Amino acid sequence: MPDMILTAKSVEDVKSIINEKLISENVQTVMVIDGAGNILAHCGQDADGLDAISLAALTAANFGATSQIAKLIGENDFSLLYHKGEKANIHFARLGGEMILVSIFGDDVSLGLVRVRVEELADDINQIFEG
Amino acid sequence: MALIDLGKKEVHCKIVYYGAGRCGKTTNLLYIYNAMSDNDRGKMLTIDTKGDRTLFFDLLPLNLGKISGFDIRIQLYTVPGQVMYEATRKLVLKGVDGLVFVADPLKVRQERNIESLEDLRRNLADHGLNLKEMPLVLQYNKRDLCETPVPTLSVEELEQDLNQEYQAPGFEAIATKGPGVFETLKEISKRTVNYVAQKHLFNK
Repeated sequence: MPDMILTAKSVEDVKSIINEKLISENVQTVMVIDGAGNILAHCGQDADGLDAISLAALTAANFGATSQIAKLIGENDFSLLYHKGEKANIHFARLGGEMILVSIFGDDVSLGLVRVRVEELADDINQIFEG
Repeated sequence: MALIDLGKKEVHCKIVYYGAGRCGKTTNLLYIYNAMSDNDRGKMLTIDTKGDRTLFFDLLPLNLGKISGFDIRIQLYTVPGQVMYEATRKLVLKGVDGLVFVADPLKVRQERNIESLEDLRRNLADHGLNLKEMPLVLQYNKRDLCETPVPTLSVEELEQDLNQEYQAPGFEAIATKGPGVFETLKEISKRTVNYVAQKHLFNK
């Protein structure tokens, strides 16, 4: 896993497409993180309302743990995870390579929409961050 | 894996405290957490487990000030020490930039220390990393036990067992009370930031 260098432009570009595709549809928070639990980009609800560092670390660990479960049933990895809560739901998707996109949204947003939009975003985000 | 954010002028590094079960890794983090001011520390994340053992990991984010205009942000992680949690340890080591190996001085744990260091070397190798080339600090913890009748190992014996190959700096510590905890943290932070900075910031 190589070190990653983010430029102001790459972060802004990623944030702008996330805002356009997800935040504009009422998704509360979207984060792009790497496999080590670093936050690469954070859109939507600000850091005061959410412990983003812990969320990123746990997400990376959760993905690592579930990929071991995947191996136990003969899969290489699970590319997306979804947890449903009473008011808030969380959707995790692997963006190819080491990056994970985390979306937090309420019941007013449909899971199908999030899935479609995340799929549309994956290639673009990959291209911007990994070139 | 260090993350360098040129837009926000931040450098993020990951330091992992490694060692056999019950050697005091979480105790180190707790002492640091309690001793630092709210401005310099983030929330400490511990995943609740039954009993006092770490099941997954602990995480403590810290701000260490500025170097060359870059804010240095460090995330301290611990791993579960128990032998059976090897997969979790490997997971936590993903993207690590610096390592602290905490050694237990109890004579009955001599083999465990050696096994744990070997486990670290092996798990890093699986991530394509070589322990000899990485920032590493050893901490000889629980030195207060040496004054009790419990059979313990001297620092020389621990050096002999663990540090012959690596020649890393070592610190005596009593993580429950504080001595040696910040000395260890300072040294590993310095080495890790240096390692990352040499690679990216000053090398251009």
